[in-house]
Amino acid sequence: MIAQKQTQVTKDLANKKVLVIREFDAPLDQVWEAWTQSELLDLWWAPKPWKAETKSMDFREGGTWLYCMVGPDGPGSWCRADFQTIIPHKSFTGLDAFCDESGNLNKDFPVMHWQVDFSKTGAGTKVRVEITYSSVADLEKILELGFEEGFTSALGNLDELLASTPK
Amino acid sequence: MRRDPFRGIADPTRRAILSLIALQAMTPNALAEHFDSSRQAISKHIKILTECNLVKQEYSGREIYYHFNAKKMQEIDKWLEQLRAVWENRFTQLDKVLKNLKTKKS
Repeated sequence: MIAQKQTQVTKDLANKKVLVIREFDAPLDQVWEAWTQSELLDLWWAPKPWKAETKSMDFREGGTWLYCMVGPDGPGSWCRADFQTIIPHKSFTGLDAFCDESGNLNKDFPVMHWQVDFSKTGAGTKVRVEITYSSVADLEKILELGFEEGFTSALGNLDELLASTPK
Repeated sequence: MRRDPFRGIADPTRRAILSLIALQAMTPNALAEHFDSSRQAISKHIKILTECNLVKQEYSGREIYYHFNAKKMQEIDKWLEQLRAVWENRFTQLDKVLKNLKTKKS
């Protein structure tokens, strides 16, 4: 059994950015495929118990990936990713938003900008995801949405933060 | 005006202010004594923290006291924890996908 790699989540608060970094025990071209081919994305993109189901995928600059997050109680929300720049086997950027079945944007939900970078490491591949929220209001909305999702979470970081803040 | 709480804690002086008033509520004067910055600079930070809902002002007689709004702070931590949980979950599944790809190709 392979030990699970650790996911680093850091925040760049001043710039409304969240950074997610993780290493994978696989060659770069396979990791790239898993991030850019919808048959593979459908297998992992949605966090349990949801499943991503692709309606259409056009992975090129200016193209769109339209998919649905299907939960245990049936279809949930539709999402679209619009690809802006693609440098094969190196990086891609795009916008991620909520929409309806036909891809019409749902303006009640925030749009996020993504940049995903891939790099070779000794044993595998490192993926760096930078998510930028376009406005202050969006970040607040994401904050509110987060609670509704109701994922289990561990509190207690507050104590840590307070302990590490200069007195 | 509502403000992004993330911006509130982005600044080191504001984090120091929060850690002070988390221990006990303070008047503007008592708070300013802990810093070398001008009183004006501190009150500007307080204004931002109030707008972010991280600090609450309460009157006690004629004095204003700044209180730490721990609930808002927990929201930030909770949000980041949830985000981490979502990504961990995704990536564990991606590990499996990659493992299968490898087996298929070798």
